[in-house]
Amino acid sequence: MEDRTPPITGAEILIRCLHEENVKFVFGYPGGAVLNIYDEIFKQDKFKHVLVRHEQAAVHAADAFSRATGAVGVALVTSGPGATNAVTGIATAYMDSIPMVIISGQVPSPVIGMDAFQEVDMVGITRPCVKHNFLVKDIKELAATMKKAFYIAATGRPGPVVVDVPKDITAQLAHFDYPKSVELRSYSPVVKGHSGQIKKALKLMLEAKRPMMYTGGGIVLGDAAEALTKLARTLGFPVTNTLMGLGGYPATDKQFVGMLGMHGTYEANMSMQDCDVLVAVGARFDDRVIGNPGHFFSKDRTIIHIDVDPSSISKRVKVDVPIVGHVQSVLTEMNELLDGEFKPALQARQGAPLHAWWKQIDDWRGRKCLNYAKSDMVIKPQSVVEKLWEVTKGDAFITSDVGQHQMWAAQYYKFDKPRRWINSGGLGTMGVGLPYAMGAQLAHPDAQVACITGEASIQMCIQELSTCKQFHLPVKVVNLNNRYMGMVRQWQEFFYGNRYSESYMDALPDFVKLAEAYGHVGFKIEKPSDVEAVLKEAFSPALKERMVFMDFLTDQSENVFPMVPNGKGLSEMILAEDL
Amino acid sequence: MKHIISLLMENEAGALSRVAGLFSARAYNIESLTVAPTEDATLSRMTIVTSGSDDVIEQIIKQLNKLVDVVKVLDLNDGRYIERELMLVKVKATGALRDEMKRLCDIFRGRIIDVADSSYTIELTGTGSKLDAFLETLDKTAILETVRTGASGIGRGDRILKV
Ligand SMILES: Cc1cc2nc3c(=O)[nH]c(=O)nc-3n(C[C@H](O)[C@H](O)[C@H](O)COP(=O)(O)OP(=O)(O)OC[C@H]3O[C@@H](n4cnc5c(N)ncnc54)[C@H](O)[C@@H]3O)c2cc1C
Ligand SMILES: Cc1ncc(C[n+]2csc(CCOP(=O)(O)OP(=O)(O)O)c2C)c(N)n1
Ligand SMILES: [Mg+2]
Repeated sequence: MEDRTPPITGAEILIRCLHEENVKFVFGYPGGAVLNIYDEIFKQDKFKHVLVRHEQAAVHAADAFSRATGAVGVALVTSGPGATNAVTGIATAYMDSIPMVIISGQVPSPVIGMDAFQEVDMVGITRPCVKHNFLVKDIKELAATMKKAFYIAATGRPGPVVVDVPKDITAQLAHFDYPKSVELRSYSPVVKGHSGQIKKALKLMLEAKRPMMYTGGGIVLGDAAEALTKLARTLGFPVTNTLMGLGGYPATDKQFVGMLGMHGTYEANMSMQDCDVLVAVGARFDDRVIGNPGHFFSKDRTIIHIDVDPSSISKRVKVDVPIVGHVQSVLTEMNELLDGEFKPALQARQGAPLHAWWKQIDDWRGRKCLNYAKSDMVIKPQSVVEKLWEVTKGDAFITSDVGQHQMWAAQYYKFDKPRRWINSGGLGTMGVGLPYAMGAQLAHPDAQVACITGEASIQMCIQELSTCKQFHLPVKVVNLNNRYMGMVRQWQEFFYGNRYSESYMDALPDFVKLAEAYGHVGFKIEKPSDVEAVLKEAFSPALKERMVFMDFLTDQSENVFPMVPNGKGLSEMILAEDL
Repeated sequence: MKHIISLLMENEAGALSRVAGLFSARAYNIESLTVAPTEDATLSRMTIVTSGSDDVIEQIIKQLNKLVDVVKVLDLNDGRYIERELMLVKVKATGALRDEMKRLCDIFRGRIIDVADSSYTIELTGTGSKLDAFLETLDKTAILETVRTGASGIGRGDRILKV
């Protein structure tokens, strides 16, 4: 065995591992502890290194690359401040179960623990916000550790994995031997669901009078949109998506009742509350989704829950039929059973079995909860999103930041395909929008990519306008500028007696000039009548290659509806018409 | 309810802090936690004494299983098991107390393992509640120092936790 190729340095091994994993982009920022690695990056051209302007953006961009493609996102940062800057990005990816490998430099092994220059206990700091992490202690384990990192990140319930690499390891020599496969006795994610449970679930589903499918990020992460659509259509069930699941079922389909939860539609929340059989798929009963748990439990319903992570099941909501497995595998098995063993039962049900239920749902739909007061005087933020949908023919990759604009994006841009909607749901990290758009644009160079943001959020990673220039990323920024941290202001209006404490965004920059200073195109839009024309221009062939920053001055007092106030039940929404 | 959870995990640096971190991050109780390598040097065995409703215990088991370093988890309370804990107590042993302490120690089947002019050190093993009972029996002012290992547990008969 020793007649292999000559030994190479740890830095070179690391690069070779990334080549073996077919990594296309590494998002990163150099520094002392990773100089050996950067030297090897210089010598190769199999992947492109994307130099960001802040390590947080490196992790966000790599995260979005993963969300937009399904591949594992890769980021590289130096020790100490580079590593701590990455933490927000890592926690963001962790909360939304995004597969990533983050390589952080570490001070040389002999000085670990000596308060060395730029030393921070990265494994300790990230432990609560990673799926797993490693400190590489021996050059001989570097390749195997990288293999494990990619494997753990991408399998089971996906998540970020940190590999912390001391500088001396990157200079030591070893033979490169990339393992073909990994087997970990302590880690073996389930793929196939229990067949008995699957049949039990199908039986209940076929007997349901008021069924409901509630599907989440797991459908997107598990590439199961097709299987879900087939199943829902076969059964004729209404479907709602969580914020993270949007695009997992076509939003323009008649069986789609919209997003559910705190800012979900009236029909989705009412159906969720009133159904008799609830099929939860790749969704985790988040507190923003079920509202007041006591109120939710006050109705009797049978709950079937399909999830790859047993700890997601019966965490907040007791489940009757748990099915642990990969969504794609379980839904495919259900589809096959409905075409085989369960076909007679399915046919016996035909006629109009769910007629009364659909009539009820259509009544709820009749409330038209997403209607809003139109205006000729001031730009309504919802109308900008609606126009954006029209102009991009519903086919763009949309990223967002966090706040009201995020909810309007989710409510009014109708996502028909998965991986088109890229946002931070679990951590709710302001600042993700622009780096997310960079990752999505690099993943799909020819696609239309728009970042729907707010004037507060965009300033949290605004430095990335420079990265966009360097890498020619023609992202279109749609800034819904209400001069407020609107989501904060909305809560202060409703629950704090209009005391708008520190939520006014004073001293805003001139975003047009700012965009121009970075070498981009900027537009300021103040009149409703200009919205469509500017959007069309931004997406016109003339500006196809350019980044365009559109600063829409929107209605300052607009609120997001429906809204389930904190502590209230799902069916206790405030609607726009109530006010 | 009190539960004793046994687990096997990779004998890796940091594995202990993953478990301890999980308990503090999710606000689960830990009454005691012991860990030591097993006859297989690549594995450590940990015993955690915790308490919580059935739902909480179910989540604890699931979350432990989710840790990549954890190989196997067993809730000993799901079957029959034996629990043992070791305690060392240093007590005052002067005048009349000298006989009294010896007598109490014998009743609880303890052993005096160190004798000094004015104190004894008593070694006692048993379930946690037996050790508690012993301490309650002693006059508080007679207790100079106590140290307990925390519980270890093992299933009865052919209930075996092994990879
Ligand atoms: C301002 C703000 C407002 C919000 N309002 C709402 C709201 O109104 N409505 C709403 O829905 N959310 C809202 N959210 C988002 C919310 O906080 C949660 O992030 C979201 O609801 C979680 O979505 P999910 O249940 O789909 O879970 P995800 O976080 O997407 O988790 C995915 C689940 O699928 C499982 N899974 C992953 N892969 C697979 C696989 N291959 N097979 C099987 N299972 C798999 C995972 O184990 C996990 O349980 C809001 C967030 C913000 C910031
Ligand atoms: C990093 C971070 N800090 C604070 C918050 C709390 N927060 C949620 S929404 C919001 C306001 C966002 O304002 P803006 O970007 O202008 O969006 P709008 O709500 O006005 O559309 C704040 C401060 C957060 N989510 N993330
Ligand atoms: Mg704002």
